[in-house]
Amino acid sequence: MSMPDTTLEPVRGWTHRFRANPTSWLGIVLIVAVILAAVLAPHISSFDPLEQSVGDRLMAPSAEHFLGTDSFGRDVLSRLLHAARISLTIGVLSIALAMVLGSAIGVAAGYVGGWFDSMVTAILDVLLSFPTLLLGLMVVAMLGPSIENLVIAIALTELAPFARVVRAPTIVLKSRDFIEAGRALGFSDVRLVVVHIIPNLLSEVVVVASLWLATAIRTEASLSFIGLGVKPPTATWGGMIREGFENILDAPWLAVAPGIAILITVLGLNLMGDGLRDAIDPKARRD
Amino acid sequence: MNVNPILSVEGLGKRFSSGGGFFSRATQVHAVVDVTFNVGPQTSLGLVGESGCGKSTLARCLLRLIEPDEGRVLFENEDIAGLLRPALRRMRQRMQMVFQDPYASLNPRRTVFQTLAEPLRVHGLAKGDGIETRVGAALAEVGLPVDSAKRFPHEFSGGQRQRICIARALVVEPRLIIADEPVSALDVSVQAQVLKLLEGLRERHGLSLLFVSHDLGVVRHVCDRVAVMYLGRIIEEAPVPEIFDQPLHPYTQMLRAASPVPDPQARFALPRVMGEIPSAMNPPSGCAFHPRCPQAMARCSEERPRLVDVGAGRCVACHLHSAASAEPFV
Amino acid sequence: MLDVRSLTVEFRSGGVWHPAVRSVEFAIARNETLAVVGESGSGKSVTALAVMGLVPAASGRVAAGSSIRVDGRELVGLPEKALDEVRGNRVAMIFQEPMTALNPTMTVGEQVAESVRVHRGLGAAAAWSESQRVLDQVKIPSASKRMRDYPHQFSGGMRQRVMIAMALACQPAVLLADEPTTALDVTIQAQVLSLIEDLKKEFGLGVLFITHNLGVVALVADRVAVMYAGEIVETANVSGLFAAPLHPYTEALLASMPRVDRDISAIEPIQGNVPSIREVGVGCAFAPRCRLAQDRCSRERPPLSRIDDTRTVRCWVRGGTA
Repeated sequence: MSMPDTTLEPVRGWTHRFRANPTSWLGIVLIVAVILAAVLAPHISSFDPLEQSVGDRLMAPSAEHFLGTDSFGRDVLSRLLHAARISLTIGVLSIALAMVLGSAIGVAAGYVGGWFDSMVTAILDVLLSFPTLLLGLMVVAMLGPSIENLVIAIALTELAPFARVVRAPTIVLKSRDFIEAGRALGFSDVRLVVVHIIPNLLSEVVVVASLWLATAIRTEASLSFIGLGVKPPTATWGGMIREGFENILDAPWLAVAPGIAILITVLGLNLMGDGLRDAIDPKARRD
Repeated sequence: MNVNPILSVEGLGKRFSSGGGFFSRATQVHAVVDVTFNVGPQTSLGLVGESGCGKSTLARCLLRLIEPDEGRVLFENEDIAGLLRPALRRMRQRMQMVFQDPYASLNPRRTVFQTLAEPLRVHGLAKGDGIETRVGAALAEVGLPVDSAKRFPHEFSGGQRQRICIARALVVEPRLIIADEPVSALDVSVQAQVLKLLEGLRERHGLSLLFVSHDLGVVRHVCDRVAVMYLGRIIEEAPVPEIFDQPLHPYTQMLRAASPVPDPQARFALPRVMGEIPSAMNPPSGCAFHPRCPQAMARCSEERPRLVDVGAGRCVACHLHSAASAEPFV
Repeated sequence: MLDVRSLTVEFRSGGVWHPAVRSVEFAIARNETLAVVGESGSGKSVTALAVMGLVPAASGRVAAGSSIRVDGRELVGLPEKALDEVRGNRVAMIFQEPMTALNPTMTVGEQVAESVRVHRGLGAAAAWSESQRVLDQVKIPSASKRMRDYPHQFSGGMRQRVMIAMALACQPAVLLADEPTTALDVTIQAQVLSLIEDLKKEFGLGVLFITHNLGVVALVADRVAVMYAGEIVETANVSGLFAAPLHPYTEALLASMPRVDRDISAIEPIQGNVPSIREVGVGCAFAPRCRLAQDRCSRERPPLSRIDDTRTVRCWVRGGTA
């Protein structure tokens, strides 16, 4: 008589643990703030982010322009808020794409096994050893800069972690009795994967998604910073930092403001992601 | 006995490769070797043995959850090896399996209703309201309240989960159920509940049962015949209770003597068991049991005994019982 | 040698402390095996952990008023350091799963030697040869060679022997065995049980043998304590318990077991389920499932009453007290 194997049981009480963790709350607050800023951008911006005003160039923060103006006379705050939309949209889209594709690949590799699995794992290892930025850079350089290509590029950099994280539980689940029972009942492989295996992987996927969303946003900012991101004059945080760089000594707020915006977003996502991970798997907290 | 058996197994064999790599060849592990037996309609056959005897692998070969390397399996007179997808699915409706671990046998994210309804849908056995009716009927049969259907596996105890697994096997109305240590993970009193349930179901539905277990007491109670396995082979097969009251093969004798009995007087017959169960990767020569056999002869290390019919519906693979006139058990 | 009185162990669940073991009392003398038999939720494993002082402090505690004496020395309330001296030294424990109880990164010889060094203060060389001697004693073949092997290179039965060797290396007075053979094959179980019996006689150990298997109880026990829902409901010597069980639970348990030595026309399962520690209410814990239950049984908790020198039972109907 052996002890029952309770790994991979759905986690109970995770919402309770999540709510009990103060840093998770901070993370949620930050994220909600950013989302609100992005959603309400057109309504709370006093100025059109693209409207230039040569006479008002490089003005310091004031009552009229909360964060001053940039070298084209555009209101920094308005640009910041609108840029939030871009960054969040690109981030979420690329993560969603990576999640769907990466999980599919990971589950397929884990379920099919054999040489297919070995091949996929090798490819994933190569992908993972690329510095994220370099990979994104290469893809954008090949495909050309546009929002769609940016999403694809960032999605590619995020693909491997998803595939990795679902592959191992798939292998474990595959040999579980309830999958064997399903096979004994005549269920097809497709049904077993879609109906039985994937729902049991969701918690792992969610944790990875929230943590890598932060990376996606950082990657987008970095790509925009080097000029391979969304083209100006559209406001993006990375682009704003790039522009602000040129005037870093005279008008430091131009680079600092978007930098802080990125910081807040990434911090919020990380705190929330850590909180989720700790709530779902408290044993991991010890290290 | 063998009037049109529902399951007929002939010379079944399964090998696994273990180890190996670039510089060394993999070793072949013979998990199941040359296994032959029948299960008659509405009878129950017990398959007993210890770790490494191959009984679980054998059970899975019968359902083609593992593909055998040799031999034939005939279910309802049809060779299951050649079956293609649709026919294989039909076969899986009529031959079902119940597993050992009630905690791992159910998808934790599906309600009981979803778990029981799914096979009905996949096999097209019911639609719409019909599904609810049959799920309700299956739950009632295993003694669970109807509102269990809405709940998740983690809300049930081990014994109750095992009943749900049995209900799942029953819902497709099989002719044969293969039970792989179905009560080994359960407490004694819960075991009794599940065994009684299986008894009742067998009678009501005329099911045949292939009962894999290491617990001789349970097997004696549930089965009509027993096959004993050692290192991948059947070394004795006989009806209950003869096989327990007068075991012929020395391994069966050792197994019987070592099985605890709730009678303090019986403790003085505790055998001096010799040696460990050998690894299937390196089986002994001749008769696999000879290194541990208290009655081993010279012949036993040289020549492997064949399974021969010794009358009264019994057969045994042992040189002590292979009279020249005995017929090989085909 | 081991004297336990009023042992109560509580666990915290949802902010409230619930007793998992309630007022358990027993004593084990030299050269004696007391089998504690019960199913899941009976509290038998928790009892053994409490004796070893291994109740997880985060969620459990030994309630005040409990007493655990080994060789006359009180263990409850001892600081960790003092307990460390007793653990492994006077009281040793072996578990069900040797693979999880053995350190996979240390050789078997090292693990036994470590225990010897810590408790008996021997030097490295002396500890190593002592380790080999003990491994020989538990009949590990070619012990001198196999001492350098790691746990995963041994079979289940051999690992259990290693665990026994570690337990006995310090010549304890009491051995706690928590389902030591449950995970083993039947023939290997017979070997390990014989070994424990031989060692018990040789060292005059007191053995607390925990199991759910009544057949094993019949094989190893001198006396038996039956536990249900955290309480001892019956104690007897082994022949008495099987010949004439008193408590309805013991009776029901015996009647629900299939046997290999005789045909039973029908086994009688016990209706209902074992209550969880949160569900036990007033009255006798077994009353909801008991065929002899009377009114009084669900209202008042029966005390453990002494029938004679060797027997106690916790039951209003069979206990004979007013």
